[in-house]
Amino acid sequence: MIPELGLFSLILALPVALCTGVLALWGAQRGRPAWIALAKSGSVALALLVGVAYLCLTWAFVQNDFSVLYVAQQSSSSLPLLYRVTGVWGGHEGSLLLWLLMLAGWTALARFYSRALPDVLRARVLGVLCLVAAGFLLFILFTSNPFLRLIPGAAEGRELNPMLQDPGLVIHPPLLYMGYVGFSVAYAFAVAALLSGQLDAAWARWSRPWTLAAWAFLTLGIAVGSWWAYYELGWGGWWFWDPVENASFMPWLAGTALIHSLAVTEKRGSFKNWTVLLAVSTFSLSLLGTFLVRSGVLTSVHAFANDPARGIFILAFLVAVIGASLLLFVWRAPRVGLGGRFALLSRESLLLVNNLLLAVATGTVLLGTLYPLIVDALGVGKISVGPPYFNAVFVPIMTPLLFLIGIGPFARWKTASFAEILRVHKWTLGIAVLAALTLPFCHGVWKPQVGLGVFLAAWIFLAALLHFFRQARATQGGGSLIASALKQPLHFWGMHLAHIGVAVFVAGVTVVGAYEAEKNVKMAPGDTVGIDGFRFRFLGVQSVEGPNYQALRGEMELLENDRLPRRLFPEKRFYRHSAMPMTEAAIDAGLWRDAYVALGDPLDRERPGGEWVVRVYVKPLVNWIWGGAFLMALGGLLALFDRRYRNRRRAVAQENIAARN
Amino acid sequence: MKARHQRLLLIAAALVALGLVAVLVFSALKENVAFFHSPADIEAGKAPKDRIFRVGGLVETGSLRRQEDGVSVSFIVTDSVARIPVHYKGILPNLFSEGKGVVAQGRLTDDGVFVAQEVLAKHDENYMPPEAAQALQKAHDSGIGNQKAKD
Repeated sequence: MIPELGLFSLILALPVALCTGVLALWGAQRGRPAWIALAKSGSVALALLVGVAYLCLTWAFVQNDFSVLYVAQQSSSSLPLLYRVTGVWGGHEGSLLLWLLMLAGWTALARFYSRALPDVLRARVLGVLCLVAAGFLLFILFTSNPFLRLIPGAAEGRELNPMLQDPGLVIHPPLLYMGYVGFSVAYAFAVAALLSGQLDAAWARWSRPWTLAAWAFLTLGIAVGSWWAYYELGWGGWWFWDPVENASFMPWLAGTALIHSLAVTEKRGSFKNWTVLLAVSTFSLSLLGTFLVRSGVLTSVHAFANDPARGIFILAFLVAVIGASLLLFVWRAPRVGLGGRFALLSRESLLLVNNLLLAVATGTVLLGTLYPLIVDALGVGKISVGPPYFNAVFVPIMTPLLFLIGIGPFARWKTASFAEILRVHKWTLGIAVLAALTLPFCHGVWKPQVGLGVFLAAWIFLAALLHFFRQARATQGGGSLIASALKQPLHFWGMHLAHIGVAVFVAGVTVVGAYEAEKNVKMAPGDTVGIDGFRFRFLGVQSVEGPNYQALRGEMELLENDRLPRRLFPEKRFYRHSAMPMTEAAIDAGLWRDAYVALGDPLDRERPGGEWVVRVYVKPLVNWIWGGAFLMALGGLLALFDRRYRNRRRAVAQENIAARN
Repeated sequence: MKARHQRLLLIAAALVALGLVAVLVFSALKENVAFFHSPADIEAGKAPKDRIFRVGGLVETGSLRRQEDGVSVSFIVTDSVARIPVHYKGILPNLFSEGKGVVAQGRLTDDGVFVAQEVLAKHDENYMPPEAAQALQKAHDSGIGNQKAKD
């Protein structure tokens, strides 16, 4: 009964979304107040209906209702409750429903936090969001119905993929989807602005907090996914340039460019066309990511579906969204007009370079991701593009971008002086070079790529501190410097925190890439292996019983010079339902290094108490990678809560109305 | 006038940079693309000797051997037409097992042994890497084709 209620609610949501979308947009174009007003109630109704559907599916999981096909595929009665609730998004149908829930949620947020917007603009934004939701509803109802009944019902479910039974999975997809889908609001604002022909500073200011929120969530989602891969897959890597990772990385790169170009549009009125195009591209890349992951054209841990109908539907949807918005862009963009002029060296020009580099980076990832698909489709052969391509391309593109982070904030709008920037920076530049020349020796050998990475990290960090300090001193007045620093606006804090996050990230990536140590060895109980100042002593393997798996748990003693020995327990699990083996790595995590151990295979399967192949790693600064990403996201969230996005809304709306009259 | 010159300069610089990036991207792509070859292809001498490529098929039952050091393994990948010996040093993925599909990336040595740098067995018990499935299918099709020709 409950699943039918969910399905009914989902079916009802479709006409609601369609009518709201069409009528709101039509009404806004024709100036019909009744239709315009419909956008508000329609979007709330949509959110409620989708919410009910989602809760119904969750209920079926919690109640172990194996007469629902999707539940029988994804869950089992021995699955712990937490994983039954999160198992809702463990498969294709449910993760699409989560996507839709996020979209409906963002739409409702956009309805409630846009009171200051002119009614017509709000109706357009909500209308566009409702139409996107209608597209996804069609997709779910016609190709991926999660409420499909299994008659007769199964006695027991097939259980969630063991790889997904992990706390990392609990938060990774929702965060990632919050980001992916959040860009739909920026997209809706861009389309609404194109429809109205009003692309002004106010539009950029309204778009910014939404874009920042989506970007921050996407950053967190990607970071959590990377962290999960690190400890769960047992390979000790944090990024594999897997097509599915790239699918989430492309909207991130484009979204990063969008945040920066929105700043220019808001402050100076320039780059309007480019900003709109970026907003459209960012959301299109989110959709492309969904297409790549959900259509089954890619094979990976994320690719659940192999149903061609689904792939074709998403592809058609993608083409409709991108095509319609590009047509609208071509039709409307020339009216938008150019913004303020700027000199060859100015904050605008530096941000332009930032945008170009990020766009190029997005393009190279796109090429590397799609190239195998294109080659395959042409029938030339099957190929794969591996990490060496991305590494070879990314370092030269990112190096100038990272360097410019240190300069951008010091450059004035309109026109900046090279001599002045150099004068301000003489110490920071010197210290950064010094750090690059000396710091790598902490780890023994100096390598050029480490020198470069340390230089960039130190440079970004020092530049952020310096800029913050100068700003605090400039606005100090009679009070103390610290009071002045604390009084700086949140967007300023956010920017520097995010940039420092980049520095931390770069330091982590550089050091772990150059100095990580790895050993694969055969160990009998009592054996010791030494690696990079650590000694791992293998104590043996015991059999352990889990809720829905049987595990062989190894015991390792980790010895470090003058510290007390610690115990690590790497596991090899065998999940009963799926008969799948899983590796659970054991990690002694730290700010300066991780000691990581994973069990390989027993040499003799009949004697698990005997010799094992064991993989040990020592990874310096690896946690800085996720720490840096966390700081970036925190910076984005701080900036989002800046006062000017709240208090000035009313004023801007007034200005706008005044400008129109 | 000056502003226009500056703008032109900016555009020119951007174009030059884009050109450089394009060169970089295409050379990196050319060097780092790994083609896929089936065991039958390799036996027919179609696989390159001097660069990395991928081979896929089934791990032949009973072919897995572990060296004394415990971490060096060898096994045979087959598409039922040809058999290619593979050497690998490292820990095999969880779902690697005899009789199942596998994809290995590496180089072919002069004595016909494939030295793998990476071994991939995918994420689900019943899952077959598409490359491996295709290799088997191709071998199967050509086998049937040969029989028909004989008839």
